[in-house]
Amino acid sequence: MTKFGKWAGRALVTAIATIGLTGVAQAWEPTKPVEFVVPAGTGGGADQMARFIQGIVAKNKLMAQPLVVVNKSGGAGAEGFLEVKGAKGDPHKIIITLSNLFTTPLATGVPFNWRDLTPGAMLALDQFVLWVNADAPYKTAKDYVEAVKSKPANTFKMAGTGSKQEDQIITAMIDKATGKKMTYVPFKGGGDVAVQLVGAHVDSTVNNPIEAEAHWRGGKLRPLCIMDSEKLPYNEKVTATQSWGDIPTCKSAGVPVEYLMLRGIFLAPGVTQDQVDFYVNLFKKVRETPDWAEFMKKGAFKQTFMTGKEFSDWLGKTEAMHYGLMKEAGFLAK
Amino acid sequence: MEELNNLMHGFSVALTLPNLGFMVLGITLGILIGVLPGLGGANGIAILLPLTFSMDQTSAIIMLSCIYWGALFGGAITSILFNIPGEPWSVATTFDGFPMAQQGRAGAALTAAFTSSFVGAFFAVLLITFLAPLVAKFALKFGAAEMFAVQMLTFCSFVGMSKEPPAKTLAVMALGFAMAAVGMDTVTGTLRMTFGYPELLKGFDFLIAVIGLFGIGEILLTMEEGLAFKGKSAKIQLNVVLQTWKELLRYWRTSLRSVLVGCWMGVTPGGATPASFMAYGLARRGAKDKDTFGKGNIEGVVAPETAAHAAGTSALLPMLTLGIPGSPTAAVLLGGLLIWGLQPGPLLFTEKPDFVWGLIASMYLGNIVGLIVVLTTVPWWAAILRIPFSVIGPVIIVICAIGAYTVHSSIFDVVMMLVFGVFGYLFKKLRYPLAPLVLALVLGDMAESSFRQSMLLSQGSLDIFWANPLVAGLMLLSFTMLLWPIVPALKHYLRGRG
Amino acid sequence: MERSEDAAEAGMSNRWPEILVALFLFAIGVIVVSDSIRVGTGWEEGEGPRAGYFPFYIGSILLISSGWILIGALARIRKPQPQFATWEELRSVMQMLVPLSIYIVAVVFLGLYVSSFVLIAYFMKVHGKFGVIGTVLTSVGVPLAAFMLFERWFLVPLPKGPLELMLGL
Repeated sequence: MTKFGKWAGRALVTAIATIGLTGVAQAWEPTKPVEFVVPAGTGGGADQMARFIQGIVAKNKLMAQPLVVVNKSGGAGAEGFLEVKGAKGDPHKIIITLSNLFTTPLATGVPFNWRDLTPGAMLALDQFVLWVNADAPYKTAKDYVEAVKSKPANTFKMAGTGSKQEDQIITAMIDKATGKKMTYVPFKGGGDVAVQLVGAHVDSTVNNPIEAEAHWRGGKLRPLCIMDSEKLPYNEKVTATQSWGDIPTCKSAGVPVEYLMLRGIFLAPGVTQDQVDFYVNLFKKVRETPDWAEFMKKGAFKQTFMTGKEFSDWLGKTEAMHYGLMKEAGFLAK
Repeated sequence: MEELNNLMHGFSVALTLPNLGFMVLGITLGILIGVLPGLGGANGIAILLPLTFSMDQTSAIIMLSCIYWGALFGGAITSILFNIPGEPWSVATTFDGFPMAQQGRAGAALTAAFTSSFVGAFFAVLLITFLAPLVAKFALKFGAAEMFAVQMLTFCSFVGMSKEPPAKTLAVMALGFAMAAVGMDTVTGTLRMTFGYPELLKGFDFLIAVIGLFGIGEILLTMEEGLAFKGKSAKIQLNVVLQTWKELLRYWRTSLRSVLVGCWMGVTPGGATPASFMAYGLARRGAKDKDTFGKGNIEGVVAPETAAHAAGTSALLPMLTLGIPGSPTAAVLLGGLLIWGLQPGPLLFTEKPDFVWGLIASMYLGNIVGLIVVLTTVPWWAAILRIPFSVIGPVIIVICAIGAYTVHSSIFDVVMMLVFGVFGYLFKKLRYPLAPLVLALVLGDMAESSFRQSMLLSQGSLDIFWANPLVAGLMLLSFTMLLWPIVPALKHYLRGRG
Repeated sequence: MERSEDAAEAGMSNRWPEILVALFLFAIGVIVVSDSIRVGTGWEEGEGPRAGYFPFYIGSILLISSGWILIGALARIRKPQPQFATWEELRSVMQMLVPLSIYIVAVVFLGLYVSSFVLIAYFMKVHGKFGVIGTVLTSVGVPLAAFMLFERWFLVPLPKGPLELMLGL
């Protein structure tokens, strides 16, 4: 929107808010299509989730106005975050976030911070699993770690998505645990990364479950351990013999690495509590659908839901954690 | 044959009257998406995806794949009529398609483009039907080094002896590569040449540059003739389709070669846009009348269109069997499949045979229905050229502006379109070639990432580029292509001495 | 079209456009090279090229090639030049370029729909000499069709201005 448009829009919002205050307090509802910004490219994890939510909302008619997914992936998502940051007071713009909410400003110095946006809700947390090719000789995480330790540094290649983002941070954490550096090779998307491992062009990846699930089922990849404090609660068999719940934690395998990625919703700065409540309720309804439950199971997500102060506290803590990890790994912007 | 049985079963699922209706609707919507620049296949499918949620599974998939076909067909229309590529892979189609339209042969150019699209896509579907598992295995052989070799090959098969001054060719090529480098560097995450401007974070989009350089640039060039310009007197012959078909038969060799290039580039996945450039380059090299390329040679329409659609279609193969989308459009289609509870991957063919064979059957049907629909509209499209320029000129500008805006929903891109437009005009007048610039812009980013990924994998050793027969073969082929134009000159020189 | 300056029709020669475009490319080259030096142009042992490695050489090629063009153009500066375009042609081009530039600025401030209406109406009325009815139908019809197609059907928001806001769209 243009400057003048924004100004006029704000005036209009203020006017409506004033009327709202004097009249009967009515629940807010979107009055035009809602833009759903994805700070990542088409086909990635965040994009898949956003489009899935769009589908659920449309299919179950959860909102009178449509939800429109817009990809703004430039500068590791900075483009999308800056867009929402700039749309002050606009309640028709929401953004789905991933770890780049923390990593992008820290790594690039692009000026934004989660505090510039209005936190909506945490939808789920995404897990990370250490994968190797099914033909590789390593059956357990311990085997793999021993192999890494016994060879000179940089012998093993780890593929991941993007640079100085979650995958590389995890790699740095594993490096620290083993004491040997692995070569990190960045690719554009999680799907590409998994295929590089299937084709045995690299030795391991830390793909999210949903990115590698099909290859696991197809007998091409093998999960070694999961980077969480406890095993996954999904006990339905994925392959003939294993379920997500059978994957041991990395900690128990001697690699003390824990990392979860945020999948949450943020609003533009300066929106009213009413407007936040509308979206929080909307996502509560989305989470109640059977489609969502199926999606969570398929992608082995951790189904934590948070809003309000609890969510803000979590964000503050997680940001501090990223700062610490990235400082240690030398990923901070100079 | 098991495949044939499965396919027949698929046909029986897909061929119902309401489904035929959805096909025609999907094709029409797809053409609309393809015609409007910016609103590309990926965007279009993403936008129309929710429409299909209220349908039953088979109809939804048929409709989606028909939208995909329509978008593939539609991209060529504006390239030929107005020099504005509706889709990135139609850029190479403008090189000869637009001059043909200028000479009053718009109908022939459109027919050639549509028919070639059909042929390319048809062979790619055959490939998917019979060789899917085999081809999927081949795709897995492509690591970073192999990808770089493919990009190198694309580049080398396109560049050759151009008629423009070499310094200018070199300058625009470097400009294209430089523009491709703007934004975030994938390998280190460093911001390059953004100078703190958030608008530059996403870099220069290929489509914005192309809409400006080709579309707006052409409008300015057209204006030299003044506003008295009354539109081309394109003769509308109803039998133009049959006549063009007769002519096309002569170019079966080009078609076949382009099909191979396209299928190969789609599977690896190198992408439809590089495929179209590579096929164009090869067709020009293989032709006897090289000089007529770029001036309205119908072969210059056949080659890129065939390759682009063979690539666009075979890109669905790695998506279905490996879960990696070969194109952005395929990526969105992937999202659509997920919503239907279908997880693409190596097991899709055995776990959901009904779905897969239904999809493949609908590809055949959609392609055929699509060809019939678009061919009937040929005279109608060609007639647009008879509208006076004082009407169609501003309308084209509006469409270009919408196109530039919708790519990233960014107003900055609309301003950049104007800047590119002015340079498109200046470059054309000063004999700077545009094709190398566009090609560098397409390949630059990808080639640099693949090269540096290879270097990380090999710990900085260039040996990785001849480490196995596949990559070594590709590199050798690239250098052969690069040096090919020198051979006749050398021969001539030696004969002169001997 | 290698017409010389003293050909039948008077016009602008290639002299200044050639020099200006080459200077522009040279300037881009300077920007590319200097930014590449900032991010590092080396070849890291074991890691391969750094972020500025390729852009540095690309920028250098741009500098050399545009410098070459520039020197060539300066060397010919006193010689007769091929014609860039006749004044008549340039005037025609300006008839498009000026409204086009105003249109782009208008899109930024007034939104796309209103600007498109004005642009089409201007060309049809002033240059096309169309009647009022035809002009109004086309110039209102095209933005309206775009609105229905993009905003309503495909749900793609296009740039809007104060008018759309007033109408509550």
